[in-house]
Amino acid sequence: MHDIGWASGPALLILMPISWKEKQISMVNHATEGVTPHGGRRRNRSITPVNPIKTLMKQNYPLQFVIPAFVVLLIFFFIPTIMNFIYAFTNWSAFGKTIDFNGVRNFVDLFRSGTLMRDLRITLVYAILVAIFQNTFGLILAVFLEEDTRLNRFARVMFFVPVIMSALAVGYIWQAVLKSDGALNQILSFFLGRTIDLAWLGNTTWTIILVAAIHGWKWMGLSMLIFLAGLKTIDSDVLEAASIDGASKSQIFWKIKFPLLAPAFTFNVATSLLGSMNGFDIVQATTAGGPGGSTEILNIFIWRTFGQGLYSQSTTMSLVLFVMVMIIAIPLIIYLRRREAKIL
Amino acid sequence: MTSATYTPDTATQAQSNTTMNKRSKAGTIVHAVLVVLVMLILLGVPFWLLIVTAGKSQAEAIRPTMSLPSHWQLLQNFSTVITDGKMIKAFFGSVIVTVPSVFLALLLGSMASWVLARRATKPMTVVYALSISGLVLPPAVVTVMMLLKIIGLSGTALGMIGVYVGIYLSTVIFFVTGFIRTIPISLEEAARMDGASPMRIFFTIILPLLGPTLATATILVTLYIWNDVFYSLFILSGKMDLLPLNLYNVASAGLYLNNWHLIFAYIILMSLPLLIIFALAQRKIISGITGGAVK
Repeated sequence: MHDIGWASGPALLILMPISWKEKQISMVNHATEGVTPHGGRRRNRSITPVNPIKTLMKQNYPLQFVIPAFVVLLIFFFIPTIMNFIYAFTNWSAFGKTIDFNGVRNFVDLFRSGTLMRDLRITLVYAILVAIFQNTFGLILAVFLEEDTRLNRFARVMFFVPVIMSALAVGYIWQAVLKSDGALNQILSFFLGRTIDLAWLGNTTWTIILVAAIHGWKWMGLSMLIFLAGLKTIDSDVLEAASIDGASKSQIFWKIKFPLLAPAFTFNVATSLLGSMNGFDIVQATTAGGPGGSTEILNIFIWRTFGQGLYSQSTTMSLVLFVMVMIIAIPLIIYLRRREAKIL
Repeated sequence: MTSATYTPDTATQAQSNTTMNKRSKAGTIVHAVLVVLVMLILLGVPFWLLIVTAGKSQAEAIRPTMSLPSHWQLLQNFSTVITDGKMIKAFFGSVIVTVPSVFLALLLGSMASWVLARRATKPMTVVYALSISGLVLPPAVVTVMMLLKIIGLSGTALGMIGVYVGIYLSTVIFFVTGFIRTIPISLEEAARMDGASPMRIFFTIILPLLGPTLATATILVTLYIWNDVFYSLFILSGKMDLLPLNLYNVASAGLYLNNWHLIFAYIILMSLPLLIIFALAQRKIISGITGGAVK
C-alpha cells in the first residue's frame, strides 16, 4: 500500500523547471570551491575523503529545517492518505460498532450501482470543461486587455474580483441568475419580447456545462493574469521582426505568441484541471449534484455519503479520486513540461 | 492605478506599443466600448443582481430579478444576517484559522525549501518530491477527519490549522524552492565565513530575499484557506463558526425559504474583508501573482 504513495514522489520531479538540475550540480561544485580554504575545520570532523562535502552540506543546511514541515505533512497529509488506502477496504460506517476488512466489496458495490463509473465520468467531463472554459476565457481576456490603458487595467482588476470571492458565494449568485424565475430569463424575456422560463440548472444533459462555465468564470481572472504575465515576457523585437516580415495579426498570435506562452499554459491547464477534479463548492452551491445526479462530481458524492454516515463508501470514492488524479495529472504535467522544453 | 512611475520596464513597453500598434483612433474607441460591454455582461449582471437583491424585502426577493427594490433595506438585512448567521463569531473564527495557517505554511515551508534547494542528495530529492506531492494529489478528507478524532483535534481550530498547513505546504515549498535555487550561494558564503549559524543565515540573508515569492504564496494560500468550505465541513463538523461555513448553513436553510435577500446580504458582508484588502493593495497583489507564478 505504502508503495503507491512513495512511487508517486519521484514522478513529481518533473514539476521542476528543467534548468534546475544542472544548476544544482554547479552549485555543489561552487560550494566546495568556496569552502576549501576552510579545510581546517573540515579535517577534524570527517575521516574519509569522500565525505567532506556531505558533512559540510549537512552542517550548513541542517535537517532540523526540514523536520517541522515534514512532521506536519506526515501527520496531516501522508498518514491520512495511507489510512485512505486501508479504510477503503473496510465496512467502516456510523452504524456499525466495529470496523472490519471486507476486501473490495465497497468498490464492487459502487461499481454495480453504476455510481462509480458515472461519478468518474462526470468528474472527468467537468474537469475538462472547466479547463477549457477557464483558459479560453482567460486567454481571450488577456489578449483583449493586453495594452496598458487605464480602462484595461481597471477591467483586469474587476475580472480578478470573482477570484477573491468565495466559490460558494459565486455558486449561489449564479444559481439566482440561472433560476427559472431568475435574472437571465428576465433579461432574455425583455430582449426577445416573450416570456422565457428555462430551468437552466434543471437539465440532466446541459447543466454540467453551465456549472463548469461558472467555475471557469470564477477563476478566469487568475488565468488572465498568468497569460498576461506570459505575454509581457515576449521580446518586442521578435514581434516587430515578424510584422516587418509581413506576418498578419493572427499569424503573430498563433505562430509566435501562443507557443511562447507555454509556461503560462502549463500552469493554467494544470491548476484548472487539478482544481476542478478536486472541486466541490461551486457544484454544491449551484446544483448540489442534481438534477438526477447529472452533476455529481466525486467530492459531492464523498460529502453526501459522509453525511449519511457511510464512511467506507466516501473513503472508497476518496481513494478513487486520488488514483484518478494520479493517473491523469502526472502524465499530463510531464507532457506539458516536455512541450515547454521543445518550444523554449 | 496612476502610472506616474517611470521604470525601464514601462519605457520599453511604451516603445513597443508605439511601434507595434497601428490601431486607428476609431479602433481604440471600438475596443473601449467592447471592454465596457464585456464587463457589463460578464460582471455587471451577477454583481448588480447581488446588490439589488441584498437590498430587497423577503417578498420581493423570492424572485431574484434585476429590478430595483421598491425600498432599500440593505442595512436591515445586514443586521439580520450578522445576528442570524453569527457573523462576528464566524469572522473571528476565520481569522483565527487563516492567519496561523498561512503564517506556519510560509515559515515552515521556506525553512524546508532552503535546505531542500541546497542539498541535492538522492534522499533529499525524494523528500522534495514528497513535499510537493500535495500540489497534485487531493487530500484524504475523510480519513483526516478520523485521524483528528483519534488524536483529539477534531472540531478544533488547531486541527483545522494543521490540515490547512499540511495541504498548502506543498504550494509554498514548490514556489520557494524554485526561487531559492536562483539565489547565488555566494551570498551565504560570506556570512558563513564570518561564522554565522545556519539559523542566522536563513533569517537574515535568505528570508529577506524571498519577499516577492512569499507574497505570491501568501496571496494564493490566503485566498484558498479564507474561502475554503470543503475541508472545514469535514473537520469542524459544526463545532466552530467560519465565514464560508456559516454561509453554507444560512444558504441551506435560506434557499428552502427563498431568502435570497439574506443569502446575498451575507455574501456581500463576507466578501468585504478580502475585497477591502484587495482594493488597497490591488497593484501589489496583481504584480505579486504575475511575478511569482510564471518565471
